[in-house]
Amino acid sequence: MEALRDLTASPVLPGLGWGALGGVLIGLAAGLLFLGNGRIAGISGLFAGLLGKRSAAWREDLLFLAGLPLGALLFRLLGGETHLVLTSSPWLLLGGGLLVGFGTRLGGGCTSGHAVCGLARLSPRSIVATALFMAAAMATVAAGKLL
Amino acid sequence: MSAPRQGIAFAAGLLFGLGLAVSGMVNPAKVLGFLDIFGHWDPSLAGVMATAIPVTALFYRLAGRRPASLTGSPLPPPPSRRIDRNLLAGALLFGVGWGAVGFCPGPAIEALVLDGRAWIFVGAMVVGMLAFKWGGGFYQTKAGMAATGASPASRAARSAAAVSPPSSAA
Repeated sequence: MEALRDLTASPVLPGLGWGALGGVLIGLAAGLLFLGNGRIAGISGLFAGLLGKRSAAWREDLLFLAGLPLGALLFRLLGGETHLVLTSSPWLLLGGGLLVGFGTRLGGGCTSGHAVCGLARLSPRSIVATALFMAAAMATVAAGKLL
Repeated sequence: MSAPRQGIAFAAGLLFGLGLAVSGMVNPAKVLGFLDIFGHWDPSLAGVMATAIPVTALFYRLAGRRPASLTGSPLPPPPSRRIDRNLLAGALLFGVGWGAVGFCPGPAIEALVLDGRAWIFVGAMVVGMLAFKWGGGFYQTKAGMAATGASPASRAARSAAAVSPPSSAA
């Protein structure tokens, strides 16, 4: 699958195409979970829900989350490139993980819950949260380059 | 919970994971390139939002015409309108963490099978979530606790009704 690898690695237009295709799959997934099970595909919330006492829906939440890594393996099976470029030091991974874990609980959602599901429902909370975390992430990347 | 619900949840997770991989969202370098608007900006992940949101919205509209979900469980209530300090502070902290590494929760969990270092991130994410859970009343305003469902009372109500968890984000 040389062609697939070239496409995913190349800039702008093909990248947008793969992004849009991935977005359709993500939309189908979030839509299916809502229409089928009446649940919002907020990954940080579903994940955090598994850390406490078992809720009535813990089995299906676990199955949903298990699908994520399996989806990556399926992509590899189909010939996709799944090599990650991760340049962060272990300390940065640790700090970033802490902030993401704490912040998503305090703010009630992450990219999936606020930016995909929340915006699809035109939730005022999600619109504000998405604008804010996008801006904060962009500012962090810009600041990181100055350091 | 019934087998159809579990099948739907698993299929949705698999599709979601495939979408994150196909789009490149699972790759931190790609995400950081998308966030680098003042540098060498890679706009391709804008394509993800451009399709994911309308496709999701279409399903939400379809579901909105029904009294319940296909498996009979209640649909989540309309989104809350409350914008409070917790939402703002949480989004800010999350954004800084996301921008520092390039992982948000979904891609990080997915990356557990792709790169061993993702375990450090997800492990820390668990600690961050537990720190919130155990100190929830300390960090949050009362109104915010009601909004994100962090109070024991609302958690109990939620699991009893089996509606969506705090993730309801929305």
